[in-house]
Amino acid sequence: MSLPLDDLYREIILDHYKQPRNRGELDPHTARVEGNNPLCGDEIQLDVRLKDGELEDLAFQGRGCSISQASASMMTEAVKARRLDDVQHLIDSFKGMMHGQEVVQKFPVRIKCALLAWTTLEEALKEASS
Amino acid sequence: MNVEQIRKDFPILARQINGKPLVYLDSAATSQKPLAVIEALDHYYRTYNANVHRGVYALSEEATEAYEGARDKVQAFIGAAQRESIIFVRNTTEAINLVAYAWGRSNIHQGDEIVLTELEHHSNLVPWQILAAEKGAILKHIPVLDDGTLDVGQARQLITERTKLVAVSHMSNVLGTINPVKELAQLAHAAGAIILLDGAQSVPHMAVDVQDLDCDFLAASGHKMLAPMGSGFLYGKVALLEAMPPFLGGGDMIRQVWLDHASYNDLPWKFEAGTPNAADAIGLGAAVDYLRSIGMDAVREHEKQLTAYALGTLGELPEVEIHGPRDPDIRGGAISFCYGDVHPHDLAQILDGEGVCIRAGHHCCHPLMRKLGVSATARASFYLYNTEDEIDTLVRSLGKAGQLFGVPVPSPAAAGEG
Repeated sequence: MSLPLDDLYREIILDHYKQPRNRGELDPHTARVEGNNPLCGDEIQLDVRLKDGELEDLAFQGRGCSISQASASMMTEAVKARRLDDVQHLIDSFKGMMHGQEVVQKFPVRIKCALLAWTTLEEALKEASS
Repeated sequence: MNVEQIRKDFPILARQINGKPLVYLDSAATSQKPLAVIEALDHYYRTYNANVHRGVYALSEEATEAYEGARDKVQAFIGAAQRESIIFVRNTTEAINLVAYAWGRSNIHQGDEIVLTELEHHSNLVPWQILAAEKGAILKHIPVLDDGTLDVGQARQLITERTKLVAVSHMSNVLGTINPVKELAQLAHAAGAIILLDGAQSVPHMAVDVQDLDCDFLAASGHKMLAPMGSGFLYGKVALLEAMPPFLGGGDMIRQVWLDHASYNDLPWKFEAGTPNAADAIGLGAAVDYLRSIGMDAVREHEKQLTAYALGTLGELPEVEIHGPRDPDIRGGAISFCYGDVHPHDLAQILDGEGVCIRAGHHCCHPLMRKLGVSATARASFYLYNTEDEIDTLVRSLGKAGQLFGVPVPSPAAAGEG
């Protein structure tokens, strides 16, 4: 197999897909935003709670492919309890990485799947701060 | 019908994908093209490319003759009584929009009802939603039963004297269901309504006779029936087309033009404004010739056998859930399924690694996906060039996906080969 499928479906992706972290709803929440990828039908609902310039907590639920759901799960671990400017920095660097990253670039259709949670988070933060 | 011989007519089938022979199971999205069609395009551009209906010189006359000849071929292919009934368009979507704009805007009024179904492709939903919103018309939808067929009893209730149009898919691109369109046409006509058939999936795969079905409009895409991308047609009854205002205005659709008004051309050119996609229409003519040389009944029979085989082998796999009728007599060769908790996109990605092309997603049918309670399905679809061996490859490849995602693997007999 010349496509690095094993690289795409790494152990860590499958682990987060099967046992998602921070899954569910968050109450109370500062903002609840839904994101979807019309091409694939991936869906995600993201709740965020902001406190004193910090992303205090967040939770997601949704359905979609392993890449979209694992990406959401991994994202929640990466951004939880971080200062908002740190979070924005992570969003920017994740987006940059997706457009430069070798493995996902071999699967261009899947970039949108991987980005869904992150673009939804960006929207949730905008809504929460407005 | 000799499938091995037919496969030799399709150059792309010799390709390898990721080091594996191409197994193309996505003909419901678009079909592959035989040499006869590729050569018709090549021949057109190499030897007689010119604008049709314009020049008084040999090239233009040859191009016009071939373009209008393609219309005659399509007319014969669907059993239309008159060539004026065949309008060349880009695809099924454009054909339906043509009807929604030209017929719909002069015939649908406030409170009128348009009856659709729950299994329609977005292309047979959204144009009517736009029209209904503009006119204050009401949309009604014939429900889909659990077995994937339409609830004809409900259809009888929904089609009333308030109904002006019934617009329905002839064959579902998700469930494969062949809908009882002849019966629906009778119901529509008895209520004083007209019926439009979305033939995108039926026309390529079975004999369709517009006079036998007594449909008022039939929309179809060339690219799903071996013809080039960007070719398609609308069939309409001449009396309806005559009474309709034009769709697009411009060259070729006019008879005379003054600064402030114009008179329009005869059918079918009244609906073909601007330079048409002549080469691809000619390619569509070549595709029709090819299909007729094999015979649509033979095509249908071959796909019925493949469908029965696939329903059997896929159905035997643990964790496979098939959406749509199980009886090959009432369905075509588009089979939607889910496999354990492997998302269809992951499935399609892993199958691609095995050279197998299937479609994954919502198939432009959001409402039907909601009805089925899924966000997406995987879909394998067949055509005259597919074989049972290819279905075996599909089943084996599903086993690989199952291993990766921890779904119970297929039976050893199926998984052990190759």
